[in-house]
Amino acid sequence: MSVAGASAGSPLLAVRNLTKLFGTFAACNGIDLDIRPGEIHALLGENGAGKSTLVKMLFGVLAPTAGEILWLGAPVSIASPGAARRLGIGMVFQHFSLFEALTVAENIALSLPPGISLARVAEEAARLSHAYGLPLDPKAHVADLSVGERQRIEIVRALLQDPQLIILDEPTSVLTPQEADRLFETLAKLKGEGRSVLYISHRLEEVQRICDRATVLRHGKVTGACDPRQETPASLARMMVGSDVAAVSAEGTNTKGEVLLEARDLDVAARTPFAVSLKNVSLKVHGGEVLAIAGVAGNGQGELFDALSGEYPVSKGEAVLIRSRPVGSLGITARRLMGAGFVPEERHGHAAVPAMSLSDNLVLARSQSDRRAFLGGGVLGIIKSAAVHMAAKRISAAMDVRKSGEDPPAGSLSGGNLQKFIVGRELDRQPAVLIVNQPTWGVDAGAASRIRQALVDLARSGSAVLVISQDLDEIFEVATEIAVISEGRLSDAYPARALTREKIGLLMGGMHGERVPEAAHAH
Amino acid sequence: MRIELERRPRASALYAILSPFIALVLTVIAGGIMFWLLGKDPVSALYSFFVEPLLDVWSLHEIAIKAAPLILIGVGLSVCYRSNNWNIGAEGQFIMGAIAGAIVPVVFHEWHSPLVLPLMLVFGMIGGALYAAIPAFLKANMNTNEILSSLMLVYIAQLFLDWMVRGPWRSPEAYNFPVTRDFAPEAILPEILTSGRTNLGFVFAIVAAVLVWFMMRYTLKGFEISVLGQSERAGRFAGFSSRRMIWFSLLLSGALAGLAGIAEVSGNINKLQPVISPGYGFTAIIVAFLGRLNPLGIIAAGLFLALTYVGGEAVQLTLSVSDKVTRVFQGLLLFFVLSCDTLILYKIRLVFPGRAVPAAQQGAE
Repeated sequence: MSVAGASAGSPLLAVRNLTKLFGTFAACNGIDLDIRPGEIHALLGENGAGKSTLVKMLFGVLAPTAGEILWLGAPVSIASPGAARRLGIGMVFQHFSLFEALTVAENIALSLPPGISLARVAEEAARLSHAYGLPLDPKAHVADLSVGERQRIEIVRALLQDPQLIILDEPTSVLTPQEADRLFETLAKLKGEGRSVLYISHRLEEVQRICDRATVLRHGKVTGACDPRQETPASLARMMVGSDVAAVSAEGTNTKGEVLLEARDLDVAARTPFAVSLKNVSLKVHGGEVLAIAGVAGNGQGELFDALSGEYPVSKGEAVLIRSRPVGSLGITARRLMGAGFVPEERHGHAAVPAMSLSDNLVLARSQSDRRAFLGGGVLGIIKSAAVHMAAKRISAAMDVRKSGEDPPAGSLSGGNLQKFIVGRELDRQPAVLIVNQPTWGVDAGAASRIRQALVDLARSGSAVLVISQDLDEIFEVATEIAVISEGRLSDAYPARALTREKIGLLMGGMHGERVPEAAHAH
Repeated sequence: MRIELERRPRASALYAILSPFIALVLTVIAGGIMFWLLGKDPVSALYSFFVEPLLDVWSLHEIAIKAAPLILIGVGLSVCYRSNNWNIGAEGQFIMGAIAGAIVPVVFHEWHSPLVLPLMLVFGMIGGALYAAIPAFLKANMNTNEILSSLMLVYIAQLFLDWMVRGPWRSPEAYNFPVTRDFAPEAILPEILTSGRTNLGFVFAIVAAVLVWFMMRYTLKGFEISVLGQSERAGRFAGFSSRRMIWFSLLLSGALAGLAGIAEVSGNINKLQPVISPGYGFTAIIVAFLGRLNPLGIIAAGLFLALTYVGGEAVQLTLSVSDKVTRVFQGLLLFFVLSCDTLILYKIRLVFPGRAVPAAQQGAE
């Protein structure tokens, strides 16, 4: 479709002084933005910078408090996602809204007006997926698809509306490097057709690679508009963060000690129909090492964490060893008492209870390991709140946790500050073994670099650290050894220096490839 | 004009305290309207309902007697509800506690000893706890919904009591009336004041409330209860077991309901009969929520709900209205308490058409 009515150079979509207040908090504050026809425009910013709020206003999910949106030069009010689609705006959300038990075609049909036959939807979806290099089987059940394939459904769903502007929210955060490459080819094709793409990301490298222009947000304001190819990653980061981000220092040498954490042929059956089963997972982490486990989300990372932490013990005691003692069948408390510490992926409702104070959340993880310090009254188990408060204060100071008030509810802290507290809560014990799942997921750059530094320092002091992460930048910053998890299987561990991104990508994706014929036989 | 709820950035501490009182005021207003519709003078009706019972020593004792089981049961239920276990069957546990406790004075009525009373109380607690163990077992092992199983067990308990007093336990001396024999004096809970009938059951209620308050406020067990109630996953991370918590909370609340049952039978009725409770086990649910699931708040809420029983009896006599008035008041109260709790998390906004107001109010991410 051609871009009727928009002469070359004049913007497809323009945003003038757009503001969104939540109470007195300005999530977006006087934002100006132009998106020209046929360009890939990056929206850069840290978590909480206002990117999501801005695109929600563009897609009609939120109503602006002030300011105007111009579509092809004419002011429009976008009251609902339906209105946005009618204008010609399509959106691919970061979190997919798909029914796992339904097929691809059924999921697509759900977003269309009623009355279109499923066969036509399937046909159209197949045509589009072929035309844009997004291979997709309309009859496949979503539950059987990888995250990358699920994202393609969302993209095809958006393309069915024939949009002029496609908004993609952090599309590569769930993809392997190879899958991301494929997505970039699709984006280039869309651009070639004269469509525009608004590409939201905090990954500077890809933005530099595929985007024509970039708008940078910080604290709800535009802090820069530039051509990302003219910038350096450092200058872009400065616009995003407002200051230079400390690089993780890997100076000094790690002395390799004894094996402190080990898994031997760990098998875990899937607990739910949509969980991943672990197959023959073996790993060893020596004191002084950081073993990072790379992998695309949903390949068994959560299940591995559950089995290693003892939240869901396994029947075979020898499957997990902490400091050479079999703990596979023991619970998380017993493992903590052997000197292990744990940081789960989900902050709210797993690592912390949001409505409870920080000091209560300290008791959450350490009531038994620090029984003597925190509990009194013998069997009564009276919590010594003075001691707990002191420890919480010590942790907040050590990790630079910024908070409102002395002992606020955990839920009132920003993601980065809460994560610093949760990591600090374990570091404060000097654990011999630390197991962390997604240490800096959704955390701002400053907090992320502090947390990574703390992990590196802990290993250097002789502890064994296991980091499960999807972020390759993070993995290369902290790891001494790297293994890759895919479909519940763990690869061998390689020294971090011996690996490249491409090799890791092959390990992630190579195993995907092997699985396909296997699965076909199973049907 | 449209009414919208807007989520507060954080829970309002002010409304957490105010909301039960707003609910009380709304209940009184709605009750006044009800009396007016019934053709009674609302002011004098409300006066006889809520004020007159407080002016008389006899009815103050009645309030204490009725508050005792409400507080005992409500305190146990608060532990259940805080830990996310929805025991709705306290009425059944109350009845089973009363039956189990009555084994001593009914079956062994010729045994006279100072041990009779303590034994009855212990049996009462065991009976209530065992009856609550049924939904606990079903939930912990078969993931059965405890709301349904505990509720349905109430009807079984009621019919079991009915059968007991008409069949095996019917008194040979009661001219075929469906009652057990009267309890011997040593099987009766002593009165604690010379001015009236208030018995030791009220002391049990206060002691239980203070102990549970201490547990919730200061001990690791109380912490475990709140954590598991708010997030099972975080509880698992802390090493707490939600299965064990199902057992703990249901056995504790069952034991307290059973104690309330035997204390009511021993201290107030002095025998078993087909109906021993005007719905204390259900009213205690209102008490627990009106008291904000805080044991000290539950003491106040229990006294207030006891007043609705006594006031209800009073207006029956003075205004000749139905005894269902009490249930209506209790129902209104629960309705308003639960709806006023919305104010803790939400602001109410009146939206007038014509003004530009966002259609979809959603929280920032």
